[in-house]
Amino acid sequence: MPIRALTGNEAMAEAMRQINPDVVAAYPITPATEIVQLFASFVADGCVDTEFVTVESEHSAIAACIGASGAGARVMTSTSSQGLALMHELLYVAAGLRAPIVICEVNRTLSSPINIHCDHSDTMGSREAGWIQIFAEDAQEAYDLTLQAIKISEEVLLPIMISTDAFIISHCMQRVDMLEDSEVQKFIGPYKAAYSLFDKTITIGPLDLQDYYFEHKRQEIEAMWKTAPVIEKVAQEFASKFGRSYGLFEAYKTEDAEQVIVACGSTCGTTRVVIDNLREKGIKIGLLKLYAMRPFPHQKLKEVLSKAKLITVLDRSVSMSTMGGPVYIELRSALYDAPKHPLLVDYIYGLGGRDIDMDQITDIALKGEQIIKDNKVEKPVQYVGLRE
Amino acid sequence: MPSLKELSKNADLFTGGHRACSGCAGPIVIKQVLSVAGPQTIASLSTGCMEVVSTIYPYTAWNIPYIHVAFETAASALSGVEAAYQVLRRKGKVKGKWNLIAFSGDGGTYDIGFQGLSGAVERGHDFLYVCYNNEAYMNTGIQRSSATPRGAHTTTSPAGTVIPGKKQFHKNLVEVIAAHGAPYVAQAIPSNWADFTRKVRKALDTEGPTVIDILAPCPLGWRYPSNKTIEVARLAVECKFWPLYEVENGKYKLNYRPRKEVPVEEWLRLQGRFAHLFTPENEHIIKEIQEGVDRRWESLLEKCG
Repeated sequence: MPIRALTGNEAMAEAMRQINPDVVAAYPITPATEIVQLFASFVADGCVDTEFVTVESEHSAIAACIGASGAGARVMTSTSSQGLALMHELLYVAAGLRAPIVICEVNRTLSSPINIHCDHSDTMGSREAGWIQIFAEDAQEAYDLTLQAIKISEEVLLPIMISTDAFIISHCMQRVDMLEDSEVQKFIGPYKAAYSLFDKTITIGPLDLQDYYFEHKRQEIEAMWKTAPVIEKVAQEFASKFGRSYGLFEAYKTEDAEQVIVACGSTCGTTRVVIDNLREKGIKIGLLKLYAMRPFPHQKLKEVLSKAKLITVLDRSVSMSTMGGPVYIELRSALYDAPKHPLLVDYIYGLGGRDIDMDQITDIALKGEQIIKDNKVEKPVQYVGLRE
Repeated sequence: MPSLKELSKNADLFTGGHRACSGCAGPIVIKQVLSVAGPQTIASLSTGCMEVVSTIYPYTAWNIPYIHVAFETAASALSGVEAAYQVLRRKGKVKGKWNLIAFSGDGGTYDIGFQGLSGAVERGHDFLYVCYNNEAYMNTGIQRSSATPRGAHTTTSPAGTVIPGKKQFHKNLVEVIAAHGAPYVAQAIPSNWADFTRKVRKALDTEGPTVIDILAPCPLGWRYPSNKTIEVARLAVECKFWPLYEVENGKYKLNYRPRKEVPVEEWLRLQGRFAHLFTPENEHIIKEIQEGVDRRWESLLEKCG
């Protein structure tokens, strides 16, 4: 298997090249531009068979993807931040039409104020659009998960976005174990659309009023329910073939942990080192890295997390509900009917790309130890690395 | 070109039972297009009257494959269909020649979908885009668009006591699309089926993006009796408000020259949306409209050489 030094963007573009989708319609946006650029060069050099549609906006990118998907094509695109926000209207349409489109997404904050750096506001902002959402920790995961995304999406007929953290992953180079082109093709298999405009006289996107809309929406929800086991199944298949493990989440040293830190994306790498250091000092602490935000693996998380005394959530975006960040809110809700309630605390960090370092995470963890001792959460939602 | 009688024998690809208002020109436009295009055709609709009336689940009036994504996406979604068509044909997964046709109102074309249309035309996708232009957002209840003519009453350009209807002249879509360098752009009218069906044939036979803007009178929005649609359409051409012409590879051609001078006032008088102009204080607007029509006509003749 080829080993390459790749940035997150390069890893995703390479995955796209090997997938060799029928249609890619995309519009460049920092920090995902490189994915589109690299793919354009694959097209220009004849490395792929893809019809590449250089649309004039992200809105048209996703519209063209939906059209191409309806016409029976395997379809991918890439975007970030404002681009994903511009797609917002049609994200729901893609999901409702059950179009298995894959977006290689780079997590970047949303304006205003304008800022091109990492946080999860863009992806979290579209978490109710009906898309499967999976966070990658590094370039290797971005590559592996993009390959798995094709299979997951096509099996459950829901669109999917795999996201990396802006610059931290998208632009940082690391070692990536790639598969051979032929292995990728064998893994994803040939595409056969569930329905296609060219196959039969079909009306895609009819007006669906009071007497049917609800049933169709329910089917979409049902598809999302069925997605969690499919994510696990595809991950197992990937692991058995290529040796790298994925799934809905990764539980790291959580078995006997009194405190579990929950995070998604690149911060998990930093956190893992902190966990190891604290473990050496005898502190019973673990990390739960969330891959899947949608569907939210609430049932399994309840099993894994309700044994702990404290759940410390690191949220790289906020909810304007004033109740904390989206991961915290979902987790709190998931744990509500757990037999035993751990304490919960949320730290909002890294908005607009502000770094979070090992010292800060260590500090959060040690504060957590104090919370366990006191058996009391004074301030459930706090901010990290913020001038107040 | 086949005769109307021959065309009418073709399979009904847009069936009755849809819920368009009586006298609506939209279904006439779609039927005329499909009578030429035939069953090997995919339709891309924008949200709007024709989408709403023809596909109320679990029914559909479309006997051809159809896709609707959103209001502003008739062209962009069809770009994707066309991209899929190209690649799947190369791979041998799609056989034969297909016509790809977008149907969109003036809202989806002149306004909210304009960027998507402009982008698709610039990229050169091989499709026909038909704008059934009823000169306002009829689906939401007659609001002004950039295709609404000067002076018309709509619910967002109402004939008030201070402002008597729409202040601006309408946008000229054919000119705008022609300026993109599209190989074929035309203006048509349902009352002249021979001219329209010939244009549809020509557009479908042309490689690359082609656009036909067809005036589609709306009894409800224009306020005239529903049995007068064809008459209102015909008079729009006769008074030179809506000239029939085409632009082929940048070359303008007038397709019909009215035999006698018909003042625009005669066309305005047929429609309730202009009723408020026929008062002493608003008469100057009719004069302005006439001047606008004359100016555009002269400019068109100049381009046609």
